[in-house]
Amino acid sequence: MTSVLSPHAQLGMTDGEYDSLVAILGREPRPAELAMYSVMWSEHCSYKSSRAWLGRFPTEAPWVVVGPGENAGVVDLGDGWLAALRIESHNHPSFVEPYQGAATGVGGILRDIFTMGARPIAVWNAIRFGSLDDARNRYLLQGVVSGIAGYGNAVGVPTLGGELELSAGYAKNPLVNVMALGLLRREQLVLSGASGEGNLAVLLGASTGRDGIGGASILASTGFDEASGAKRPSVQIGDPFEEKKLIEACLELYDRGLVVGIQDLGAAGISCAASESAAKGGMGMVVDLDDVPLREPDMTPGEILMSESQERMLAIVTPQDLHSVKEVAAKWEIDAAVIGTVTAGGALEVRHHGEVVADVPAASLSEGAPSYRRPAAPPAVLERLWSDAPVLPAGIDMEDVLLRLLDDPAIGDRSWIYHQYDHLLFLNTVVEPGHDGALLRIKGTDKALAVSTDGNGAVCGLDPRRGAARIVYEAALNVAVVGTRPYAVVDNLNLGNPEKPAVMWQLIETIEGMSEACEALGIPVVGGNVSLYNETDGADIDPTPVVGMLGLADPIPQQPPRLDRAEEGMGIWLVGPEDDADFAAAAYTRVVLAHLGGRPGDVDHEVGPAVVRAATKLAQAGVPVVHDLSAGGMAVALAEVCIRSGVGASVVERSWRGLLAEGPHRFLVVAPAGALPDLPGVPTRKVGTMGGTRIDFGRHGSVALEHARRVWQEALPRRLR
Amino acid sequence: MTGKVAVVVFPGSNCEHDVVHALRLLGGDAELVWHRVSDLSEFSGVVLPGGFAHGDYLRTGAIARFSPVMPEVERLAAAGAPVLGICNGFQVLCEAGLLPGAMVANRDLEFISRPVHVRVESTGGVLTANASVGDVLRIPLNSYEGNFVAPPAALDALESAGRVVLRYCDAEGNVDESSNPNGSTNAIAGIVGAAGNVAGLMPHPERASEAILGSADGRVLLESFLASLHSAAVVT
Repeated sequence: MTSVLSPHAQLGMTDGEYDSLVAILGREPRPAELAMYSVMWSEHCSYKSSRAWLGRFPTEAPWVVVGPGENAGVVDLGDGWLAALRIESHNHPSFVEPYQGAATGVGGILRDIFTMGARPIAVWNAIRFGSLDDARNRYLLQGVVSGIAGYGNAVGVPTLGGELELSAGYAKNPLVNVMALGLLRREQLVLSGASGEGNLAVLLGASTGRDGIGGASILASTGFDEASGAKRPSVQIGDPFEEKKLIEACLELYDRGLVVGIQDLGAAGISCAASESAAKGGMGMVVDLDDVPLREPDMTPGEILMSESQERMLAIVTPQDLHSVKEVAAKWEIDAAVIGTVTAGGALEVRHHGEVVADVPAASLSEGAPSYRRPAAPPAVLERLWSDAPVLPAGIDMEDVLLRLLDDPAIGDRSWIYHQYDHLLFLNTVVEPGHDGALLRIKGTDKALAVSTDGNGAVCGLDPRRGAARIVYEAALNVAVVGTRPYAVVDNLNLGNPEKPAVMWQLIETIEGMSEACEALGIPVVGGNVSLYNETDGADIDPTPVVGMLGLADPIPQQPPRLDRAEEGMGIWLVGPEDDADFAAAAYTRVVLAHLGGRPGDVDHEVGPAVVRAATKLAQAGVPVVHDLSAGGMAVALAEVCIRSGVGASVVERSWRGLLAEGPHRFLVVAPAGALPDLPGVPTRKVGTMGGTRIDFGRHGSVALEHARRVWQEALPRRLR
Repeated sequence: MTGKVAVVVFPGSNCEHDVVHALRLLGGDAELVWHRVSDLSEFSGVVLPGGFAHGDYLRTGAIARFSPVMPEVERLAAAGAPVLGICNGFQVLCEAGLLPGAMVANRDLEFISRPVHVRVESTGGVLTANASVGDVLRIPLNSYEGNFVAPPAALDALESAGRVVLRYCDAEGNVDESSNPNGSTNAIAGIVGAAGNVAGLMPHPERASEAILGSADGRVLLESFLASLHSAAVVT
């Protein structure tokens, strides 16, 4: 016998939330109202479990133009140029339908950018799956990569890279995080708030169908089980051609000064766009659903309001400009339908077939959403995990170990992925994917931007606070080694079920760790996304914050460092603190020892920022190779330089541990002898010399360069054949 | 004749600004032209840029060939004006019958976005006039449907008349199966029409027009095209 759920419970709303809705309205909600609140108050839209903690992030700096809360963060690059940036997750849709899930993730993040008045100029992807030994995970990886390529290439925005992590914990809950960057002139900035009584709400772009209904509440705000395939109809379907036309049409509308405010339609569709633009402008709105272009004529008011059909925007325009707006829409062959009017007061009134189907305070949909301080406590296993440090052998054979690390598909060559992405469009790409951070010039200026996305679920699983701080420093170093200085951060917090105290503790620790590192580096968090309920069959993912770091260079480095610029005879230096002990969740520990335990080392808020500044300085000075140490430590970093440059190397270290430990704040430099500028306060030590046809670690062993290259190159593609 | 180049924008084009940028960098006079424009009398040459005209949901270029601008492109082509199709633009020229053959999905059924090498096979026509036979150029490719096919008779006509102007090769200029990125017949990367003034290629020369972006090897192709604006006999 199945129990019969009440209507609000079927839509994912708790009894307590229903009671507060009744209190707000002073009556029982109508069906369409219940539909709207159920989505707007979902975890995905309301951040109800995390909102109380997100205020911890440092969000201010003199160069912040728009901080968290708008569609995208905006920072001032100087000389009238602004950058808009945003990161979002599309985890659950990508598990249910990888191609469309990833494709619509790209589409959604682009709309967040051009909503601000910016032209989207690049996209990054941080993706995580289970082991590729399992056919299901190979299918997911291939589907997600083709979805990103299929949408991103066709919509005409280059994909500049990202990151890949493979771990059993993501097998039933892959992570797909997408970051986008836009560029605009200061006078082009547009905000979402509706203003001006009598102004019109114009729905631009695609027609509205039944796809994606309940995506936010049903897919993104609950865990998964075996029946998740049945949620496929909640996944939206993307149309990059419609989006391309929508981008061009919107940019032309902004250029001609034809919009007062604009909001994209994402999660919760018209409900969200109408209520948020009204609430942000302190206004109300009357919306008539009969004027919404529909794909299916018999859709109910609730379905029209909740539909997450893609490629739609809600623009607020003056009645005088409507004719011009329609002309621009007609030129770009998109629909433009007046569906509402801005009103004074603050009520959102929705009509359908002549009847009022909703009449609610607009602000209550967003600002009235519940906010919980759920119980938090460290996981019970934590102490045991921390005391279970890996047992390291006295000596190792570096040939065997290095080849096994290079054969790891998340360490080996990832060009199989990024060579499917258009990464050169717009003629900005100075350092392409495959290096630590991508570097983009801004044409007509002497400025350049770098972006890196970084996460490390394995380290954050063992210690979320230290892990989150480490990825901030790693991302900062990645943009520094191509010659920029860290400038702003967006974050995507992917965690499990917040109703479990251990997950809440991980969330709070993560926010604390990221905040401390950002404060030490002096960079603001200008936007973010929280993805909770990443659990399947009751098992939560490791806490997986992903950082999207923007770096700014002014002037652009004349010869930015590249991994392929090392030459015979050049010296190799290690910059940063010595480390031969940080092996918790290190690549060696995971791949070779298959061990999970120990406590990752802490960051150093004095040394960390100094190391980042040193990297920027070296890269600006034209040093050929500056390369961040990450998975596999010094050994893998050196191997990458050797393989990419086609030159061997010889490194003499007393202990093998120094070659594979993964302590933070460290990078390699390869430069002609005597060419290294002075780096006050930062430890610098010469460790070896480039040359020969082997990667030689002295008494610890050596690997033929050609052999290393073949293994590295095949690590990912051979598993997908 | 003004020496001005029309860079046609179809809905879904995305390389139009890049082409204008590169042509201007080389001293050319280039302007964007919307695909509904039906008069190109003020232009001396045309570029159909890369992208996904009309989404490429049907066969690539199959809808774009019916755009109002296309009769004008055909008129200019017939009059001897230089007409260049890059990537999606090449596909449109094939669909419009201005160049022979067609592009099908890449051999490995994957989108390819990376620099490839092409060898200059002939200096006949507007694309390679300023290059030398045997030159090896490094130019980015960016396509899913880049695999050139043509009926045997059309291939013979192309090959025997020296109208295959660019062929995929390795860094040393060797042409073989392993240096052919997408499976194109005879490793064909670029061709010209019988009169030499209509040219199409799959790689993107505008993406290889500045050293800071990794290669300037595409300049010689765009320079050839610009130079031909003044030598071609255009009747308007």
